[in-house]
Amino acid sequence: MKVLMFGWEFPPHISGGLGTACLGLTKAMINIGEEILFVMPKINGEAVSDDLFHLMGASDVEVTRSRREMLRDVSPETIRFLEVDSTLRPYLNEVTYQTWLKEQVNYNESVVEARYEDQKIGKFEFSGVYGPQLMDEVARYALVAAQLAGQEQFDVIHAHDWMTYVAGVEAKKISGKKLVCHIHATEFDRSGEHPNTEIFEIEKYGLQNADRVLAVSHRTRDIVIRCYDLDPAKVHVVHNAVSKDVTVQRAQVKRNLDEKIVLFLGRVTGQKGPDYFVQAARKVVDQVPNVRFVMAGSGDLWPRMVERIARERLQKHFHFTGFLRGSDVEDMFAMSDVYVMPSVSEPFGITPFEAVLYGTPVIISKQSGIAEIFENAEKVDFWDVDRLTESIVNLLTDEEYANNMAINATRELELINWDGAANKVAAHYKEVTA
Amino acid sequence: MIDVCFYFQVHQPFRLRRDYNFFKIGQDRVYFDEYLNRDIMQRVATRCYLPANRMMLDLIKQHNMKFRLSYSISGTAVEQFKLYAPEVIDSFQKLVDTGCVELINETYYHSLASCHDEKEFIAQVQKHRDLMKDTFGYEPTAFRNTELIYNNQLAEQVENMGYKVMLTEGANQILGWRTPNFCYMPANCYKLKLLLRNYRLSDDIAFRFSNAGCPEYPITVDKYIGWLKQVAGNGEVVNLFMDYETFGEHQRKETGIFDFMKELPGAILGEDDFAFKTPTEVATTQQAMSKIDVPYDISWADVERDLTAWIGNPLQDSAMEFLGDLKEQVLASKDDGIIESWRKLQTSDHFYYMCTKWFSDGDVHKYFNPYRSPHDAYVVYCNILNDIEESLKLQKG
Repeated sequence: MKVLMFGWEFPPHISGGLGTACLGLTKAMINIGEEILFVMPKINGEAVSDDLFHLMGASDVEVTRSRREMLRDVSPETIRFLEVDSTLRPYLNEVTYQTWLKEQVNYNESVVEARYEDQKIGKFEFSGVYGPQLMDEVARYALVAAQLAGQEQFDVIHAHDWMTYVAGVEAKKISGKKLVCHIHATEFDRSGEHPNTEIFEIEKYGLQNADRVLAVSHRTRDIVIRCYDLDPAKVHVVHNAVSKDVTVQRAQVKRNLDEKIVLFLGRVTGQKGPDYFVQAARKVVDQVPNVRFVMAGSGDLWPRMVERIARERLQKHFHFTGFLRGSDVEDMFAMSDVYVMPSVSEPFGITPFEAVLYGTPVIISKQSGIAEIFENAEKVDFWDVDRLTESIVNLLTDEEYANNMAINATRELELINWDGAANKVAAHYKEVTA
Repeated sequence: MIDVCFYFQVHQPFRLRRDYNFFKIGQDRVYFDEYLNRDIMQRVATRCYLPANRMMLDLIKQHNMKFRLSYSISGTAVEQFKLYAPEVIDSFQKLVDTGCVELINETYYHSLASCHDEKEFIAQVQKHRDLMKDTFGYEPTAFRNTELIYNNQLAEQVENMGYKVMLTEGANQILGWRTPNFCYMPANCYKLKLLLRNYRLSDDIAFRFSNAGCPEYPITVDKYIGWLKQVAGNGEVVNLFMDYETFGEHQRKETGIFDFMKELPGAILGEDDFAFKTPTEVATTQQAMSKIDVPYDISWADVERDLTAWIGNPLQDSAMEFLGDLKEQVLASKDDGIIESWRKLQTSDHFYYMCTKWFSDGDVHKYFNPYRSPHDAYVVYCNILNDIEESLKLQKG
């Protein structure tokens, strides 16, 4: 089957797990014989094209017709699936309801039209980053998608996360092909109780217009059914896996310090629970002084975490590396003795798998998708700092226990790979296009 | 008679490598950004130190030794002159040789040692004395502390160390209704004179000279003389204290700052009642008008004129504590490399980079800050202290 796939990140252009997951899944899909045209906003360097895999930058695509022209050739039935959004919301009084009505950006056909109709034709610029121009880029990307849908041959459309959902829907409108929306993270995971309404609306627009929704965990499936008002029958789970290209071995990595290292690696943002890691660090250091904590990553909470460490006077035990790339990530995993993922809300969370690849035992929060399938890990509630502390101390002080956990985790991981996920996705393609 | 007393601060810190990350701890003992430090030193030497020194020398000759001025040159600046711009040392030497230039003593490392470590403070002052003697053949009799940080106890200590005069800020909170334009004496002292910076007239040159947003812009020699003359009748000395980098660096050549300074001494000497004196000359010719009580710390920084630019936020306090924790081990190590690095880490600039109060003085802070954020500054600083700690462990075996 030939797949028109839309993704915002693809290595090496990544800011987090989304790109890693896209790469792992795509590679495995190709291995089982699916053909993929992967469209990302911008690629630095040459477009890739071989038998089964074509990587393309939206910035290289020439849009030759206005959206109106493109849609003119499409039969009205194709567009009719577009839903009219309900403006009913509970718990609003008459005043807030009026305000809400004014402020709300509901994604429906008329908004998409108003927003994208005026765009010029030609090639568009993309930064491909999550910057202030993101919403504009999302819109331009959708225009490119429409163009590609008209000129490329394919059997199904697959869109990863909200940035590409409008693109997916546009491609569906033009081509009449089925749309699979893959959800790696919802706005509720990223922002807790205070979602960005525009992003939420785009997610809802994409998911409601999808013919099939693939969630990375049961946890995420539950969230999308509940919060986006989806028919449970079309939402399915495909758990993530991990790519096993390891170039650094634990035994060979140069350790610059004698103390054991406890690692947090991820975006330093509320979703990932960095503050619980810091709280646990304080408690662990009081019990096991010869230990160092490392927070690898950057994010909006980073300055606050640095100040917190300073206030706790943990300057001899807590280090910040900033955002790590390439072999630094591998070194960091391989140097660590405990990996902690204290996420408050984690749709899946691939990093614990990565830590295990380097022989590092892991502690994961129960509020993560990975906890649904991974047995050989310590599992704690993200908020339970005392349990987290206890788990870290156990892994630091009981070498046999830590070794066994790492060994068992490694064995378990041997059975988890992207091929499994790819087979499931391929089956969904078949079902949805049948 | 009104004495105009110029003192210029000459200082450059040894800036740290901003790429000193976690992986370098225990691996890499090169802490200072040689390229950045050399670039900055050579740039400032070309734009400021060399042309400004030439100008001052010409002015002294032109006015038959009646133009007199003083400098405080930090040890870290002198070291970097020797490394990257040795001609600057020669040009200062020529100025000193005229006899019209006084050199002021400070802490060698331009440090905050007076705030937390008396012994270390005394050691660094002595080291700076030795440096002035060895480099310029000069024995200072005036003292100024880093950033003009000052309080009663410090004054007492400085008096005990034998100095004749000390310099600090004419901060509103210590002066109240009084003017900075007299010679004063610290509350607990009997001999030491105190000169207070006239911050309005100093900042007219140092900060406001090229600021088109100021109501008095452009500041001309005529206007400036007018302001100086207002002191007559209620003052005997006008202390104009500022960074030397004002000339050509903070205020670029294009602003006309050099032309202004070339004219100013002639215009001042053209007025009947005005003369130039260096700090010790003021202290030995003038009586102290009254005692000044400063029970808490003041400095010349920011609108608050306190220590909050360097001390008090969690980043600064944690870094300072770490630095202090290592003291005994560092000194006991007898390893010159480690001791020297540890002392260079005491330079106040490192703490200034960690300042998080970006309000009215944020612009000034940003101008001098090589880091993207105070948190970055803290992370690098602590990484380096951690490496020093590792080096000490290694040494002990």
